[in-house]
Amino acid sequence: MKHKSDLTQGGWLNLNNPRVRSVVYQILIILGVVWAVATIAGNVVANLEARGIATGFRFLGERAGFGVSQALIDYSSNSTYSRVFFVGLLNTLLVSAMGIVAATFLGLFVGLGRLTPNWLVRKICMVYIEIFRNVPVLLQIFFWYYAVLQTLPRPNQSITLFGDLFFINVRGAYAPRPVLESGIGILTTLLILAIIAVIALTIWARRRKRDTGEEFPVFWASLGILVGTMTVGYIATGQPLVFDIPELRGFSFDGGMRLRPELLALWVALTVYTSTFIAEIFRSGIQSVSHGQSEAARALSLTERQRMKLVVLPQALRVIVPPLTSQYLNLTKNSSLAVAIGYPDLVSVFQGTALNQTGQAIEIVGMTMAVYLIISLLVSAFMNWFNKRVALVER
Amino acid sequence: MTTNENTEYTGPAVEIKGMNKWYGDFHVLKDINLEVGRGERIVICGPSGSGKSTLIRCINRLEEHQEGDIIVDGIPLLNDLKKIHAIRKEVGMVFQHFNLFPHLTVLENCTLAPIWVKKMPKKEAEAIGMKYLERVKIPEQAQKFPGQLSGGQQQRVAIARSLCMSPRIMLFDEPTSALDPEMISEVLDVMVELAREGRTMLCVTHEMGFAKKVADRVIFMDGGDIVEQNEPNEFFNNPQEERTQLFLSQILGH
Repeated sequence: MKHKSDLTQGGWLNLNNPRVRSVVYQILIILGVVWAVATIAGNVVANLEARGIATGFRFLGERAGFGVSQALIDYSSNSTYSRVFFVGLLNTLLVSAMGIVAATFLGLFVGLGRLTPNWLVRKICMVYIEIFRNVPVLLQIFFWYYAVLQTLPRPNQSITLFGDLFFINVRGAYAPRPVLESGIGILTTLLILAIIAVIALTIWARRRKRDTGEEFPVFWASLGILVGTMTVGYIATGQPLVFDIPELRGFSFDGGMRLRPELLALWVALTVYTSTFIAEIFRSGIQSVSHGQSEAARALSLTERQRMKLVVLPQALRVIVPPLTSQYLNLTKNSSLAVAIGYPDLVSVFQGTALNQTGQAIEIVGMTMAVYLIISLLVSAFMNWFNKRVALVER
Repeated sequence: MTTNENTEYTGPAVEIKGMNKWYGDFHVLKDINLEVGRGERIVICGPSGSGKSTLIRCINRLEEHQEGDIIVDGIPLLNDLKKIHAIRKEVGMVFQHFNLFPHLTVLENCTLAPIWVKKMPKKEAEAIGMKYLERVKIPEQAQKFPGQLSGGQQQRVAIARSLCMSPRIMLFDEPTSALDPEMISEVLDVMVELAREGRTMLCVTHEMGFAKKVADRVIFMDGGDIVEQNEPNEFFNNPQEERTQLFLSQILGH
């Protein structure tokens, strides 16, 4: 061989050769990591032995023995720790989903509000963003829970909305609960048929637009179909859907659906806090589309709505979606602050109460961390896929 | 006023009477009077900041004027969305930085306005799109995205995109200023062909060769005024105003 390979040039231990150097550094780093992990693992094993804690996941099958204030699935104090895990997980997912939906809409409106020519609306939106973005979210949760919801009137002096259907008091918000009766099957079938009709109408309208250029008011027609079918079906099938209306009995409410003040406070706080970031994401996304794009759209005589829908939004979305995702993840992670006001989320009931009772720190913390990690990875994977799909083609 | 009346309209393509425009305190356009005949080809030149781009951008309401009247194709330009849309349908515009829509293919760029503004069937719009892409000599790029094209190609797509709306008037706002030198001629060739078809054209450009070749009238602007206007031969060989002479010596001097 005429040339020595790059790595052996100037002898094996020539530290001035950048490639040799990089290999040496990498070996040193690996040794460091191995040493750190070994030390920690050794410590853990020694400590667990010293305290007499058995490792493993057997505790998941044991009886938990404590109550949880809000459970979306059947739960009693006789349930197992694995049941506690799922109750907590579902509560976390519930408040996160509610927060994500509400924060997205609120953020969209506030973000668009910052872009309107209306001076007053613009300033109000700006002040809203600056206030709620810069106050720590934990303080905001306390604010809504203690300063707002805890000062609401007692049940017998509830604030009522829409006649006597909705009630708000110190114990939470009450709403009518839908109760299904016989005949609901026919109504559900009708609903599915109406949805199929709407989809067919959309496809037909798109095809007609393509072939003849004529447009059809799909939105209003669909709304008509859905509302019409449901109204007629509801009456024809003998009103199979009735509402259980909350009623004051003595000192508390009976019936209806109840939103606990803990959930309400956490939901409002997470929504308001995250909506400020989302508003800024929408604003910056729309502003990132160059002015020239709007000018070209206007010069082609597109209306302002068409300009938004066909030119600005498709380009803004590429800028909006990635940071929007990380806000969704932030909201989900911030929901663990539930523990501060006693909302029974995953961290509160599983990593809190269950950990205190069993002492299985490694397993429980590990499972909890894994949940948040898996949620994040799933969302990131979806986002990477989405980004690849909408990426601009360049040379 | 309906579109039918417009097609029969035979008066001047653009009439501007006593038009003034300010940016805050800055008086960009001072008492502009200009009449552009049907089929007339006009080149507007002048030093940067003279208001020439602003002038043509007022014609399709990308900029709002504060005083005076603008009548485009017989339609008075008022603060009325219907009138503005009617005018924009008749007025095509080509920008210095192309402003193609990067998320759409070349062909989709061309068919967007015919489909959504003229409510044309997709097939018909695509046929028209291909026709004009052939006119600007890049039909083979139809399925590519703007980001995959050279500057000269992009500007030709932008011209095709405007032509797809069959505008009676074309505005060019420094169409070759952002191009590399070797790409200028391919765009100018397309513009020369358009000019020879008898379409009304207003071009803001410093391409004096183009002006000599096709313009019916050259307008020189400076400081928000129309300083001098004349047919190209007289304008270049016998400029009357001192400012025109100075400007011409600067751009033709090297």
